[in-house]
Amino acid sequence: MLSTTRALGVAGSTLLALVLTGCGGVGGDDSPAAGGGGGDDPAKPSGRLTTSGFGLGDEIATTRVDAFKEAYPDVQLKVNEGAFDPQPFLSAVASGNPPDAVYMDREVLGTYAARGALQPLDDCVDESGIALDDFRQPALDQVTLDDALYGVPEFYDIRTLLINTKALDEAGVDIDQVTTEDWDRLSTLQEDLTEESGGKLSRLGVDPKLPEFLPLWAKANGADLVSEDGRTAQLDDPKVVEALEMTTGLIEDAGGWGKVKAFRDGWDFFGEKNQFASDQVGVVPLEDWYLGVLADVSPDVPLATKPFVGRDGEPVTFATGNAWAIPKGAKNPGAACAFIKTLTDKDTWVEAAKAKAAAAEKDKTPYTGTFTGNEAADEVIFGEVLDPSGNQAIDDAVQVVLDEQDSAFTTPASPAASEIKDAWFEAVNQVLAGKASPQEALSAAQDKAQAAIDKAAE
Amino acid sequence: MTVTAHRTGDDRTLPARHQPERPRPRRQSLQARENRWVPVFLAPWIIGFLVFTAGPMVASLVLSFTSYDVISSPEYVGLDNYEQLATDDQALRAMGNTLFYTALHVPLVIVCALGLAMLLQRLGRMSGLFRTLFYLPSMTPPVAIGVLFLLLLNGQTGLINAALSVVGIDGPDWTTDPAWVKPGIVLMSLWSVGTTMVIFFAALQDVPVELQEAAELDGASGWQRFRNVTLPMISGALLFATVINTIASLQLFAEVYTMFFGQQDASVAGDAAQFYVVYLFEQAFKFLHMGYASALAWLLFLVILVITLVQLRLSKRFVYYEGQQ
Repeated sequence: MLSTTRALGVAGSTLLALVLTGCGGVGGDDSPAAGGGGGDDPAKPSGRLTTSGFGLGDEIATTRVDAFKEAYPDVQLKVNEGAFDPQPFLSAVASGNPPDAVYMDREVLGTYAARGALQPLDDCVDESGIALDDFRQPALDQVTLDDALYGVPEFYDIRTLLINTKALDEAGVDIDQVTTEDWDRLSTLQEDLTEESGGKLSRLGVDPKLPEFLPLWAKANGADLVSEDGRTAQLDDPKVVEALEMTTGLIEDAGGWGKVKAFRDGWDFFGEKNQFASDQVGVVPLEDWYLGVLADVSPDVPLATKPFVGRDGEPVTFATGNAWAIPKGAKNPGAACAFIKTLTDKDTWVEAAKAKAAAAEKDKTPYTGTFTGNEAADEVIFGEVLDPSGNQAIDDAVQVVLDEQDSAFTTPASPAASEIKDAWFEAVNQVLAGKASPQEALSAAQDKAQAAIDKAAE
Repeated sequence: MTVTAHRTGDDRTLPARHQPERPRPRRQSLQARENRWVPVFLAPWIIGFLVFTAGPMVASLVLSFTSYDVISSPEYVGLDNYEQLATDDQALRAMGNTLFYTALHVPLVIVCALGLAMLLQRLGRMSGLFRTLFYLPSMTPPVAIGVLFLLLLNGQTGLINAALSVVGIDGPDWTTDPAWVKPGIVLMSLWSVGTTMVIFFAALQDVPVELQEAAELDGASGWQRFRNVTLPMISGALLFATVINTIASLQLFAEVYTMFFGQQDASVAGDAAQFYVVYLFEQAFKFLHMGYASALAWLLFLVILVITLVQLRLSKRFVYYEGQQ
């Protein structure tokens, strides 16, 4: 038999282990040793600073974090790496132990702001002197709810039209004929460029990138999915219905959703045998960061780039990105504010871009620039830091993306952003699955989205 | 028993069998001392159960009567969440998908696992190696299984359709055709058949050889021996496997979420892949409807409870336990 002391020790250790295993997650450390609170002088933050949702994946991230550490040596920074995960974040906020700064998709920020999970940053901006005028206005609109700023944007990913010139040559199609202005022409392009082999797709002529790019096609047709203030869903707007009819028609022309999706899922998207290198796609709108992937893994692909244009012939593109925010109950908001200012500041971005360019040069891969969301930073990066790579296709593509920056739009901040997106995603999927017509699916989505907005506003 | 005659005068006058029985101090003392430690050693489990299972269950029951977005304080809304649940088509579809999957998955996994276990039993010394080989896939993390089968089931480039084409079958679009999504998920679920197979293998080892031999001597065919000897003798294991596989099927989440909801182009399979726990998770953590999600969770709990009770009730007719009269 165990002695009394040993038995108590075993039981005590087990209980202690139980308690300890409950620790972890994304929250800050609220022990006295953690030093939360940030010191007495707001201009000189100190103590411990925790972040969540951010990763130190490349020079763009590490250089900016190093700049903060150098500027604020009294702050003990802990970066909890990994993508934003709502589950641990919400648990941390609910338990009063949130991270001091959180990094999330701008599209969902409104949902958390409306529910009081995030602090307004207006005081932070005023006190720390964040130069909001430097930022691109659509990005700021995306993080502004009821006239209060809840996030500081970073990155500005826009969609541009990538074209496989080899496919055009084989089909005898002139690149001037490739445009999103003429929707009838897109259908013809689909027919000309799509190829099958043994009853299976071997090349998808035009990929409209459904469901996720519906807002872009709707905008190209002159419609927004949500009103400017984010309070009214407009999913059943006839122009949205028309955009969905046209894009799902393109999918049908290529053999139907099952075939197209299965074919797309088989692409080596980030690898050397990607869909351009393997001649598996003709024309597709894609995020600008994909140019960096192509430049890295297959710089010699037969590529051309054109701006995405609306039916009025004017360039139009859809911008997304991330934002830094300070959660409710953050223990060191002063340090978090200083951190956000440093990371999104023009000079920090420029230093990060220089580091990235140097790393690319060392690896002998082209650097395609960084679209930061900070217009002032972009001007320096693309004006002074970025040198032509010598790869004409990549350099031309970068210029196209740069020219498109001013024609970008964003989805407005909404307290029901997740529900709205879920509603139109479901509508597109219903149509693609052949279960509903575009009109029926979008009418149902409209009701669902508006009900969610109304409920969130209660 | 030894009686000491000189302790008291009265003792001496009584025959030994009328003497009050004296306690056996050493043995009972040891047992009593050990008993005192029982609650101590049970405490970790009891505390764990109360804190991590019973507590959250009670909390979710309370939350199911509230409107709660995790951040603001919960507001009592009575039966609103349950009323909403009764008219929620998506929840109904998700429950339908889940029950359909369960009805396909459980019988299939039982048949496959039993078949494999019987094959292994015939392998003799090699059975240990193959038992390990068949069990290894069960150790794959669910997320990895989801990603793996997204590739294997691809209608255009997947290995499964490539194998079917060898025998002249033009395979379906398992991951995109709504009619084939659930059968594809059932196919994926067989990846982890090894766990159930190990249970059956252990049960088969316990079937008395003499019973089989006696049946054989009486002229019973292979099927008759399986039907009348093997199945009754492993019926306890069959019941256990049926119950745990049913519960696991009704709670299926990680693999399906990874396959169809983990990326930006979520739910590409439409409603076909909308399983109940996936819907519950989305309500809780995507839309922050924690009160409604709690109501969904309690409905699932009740469904599982009812199905399990029915299974246990029916088992009384079919399950044989050794030692029973």
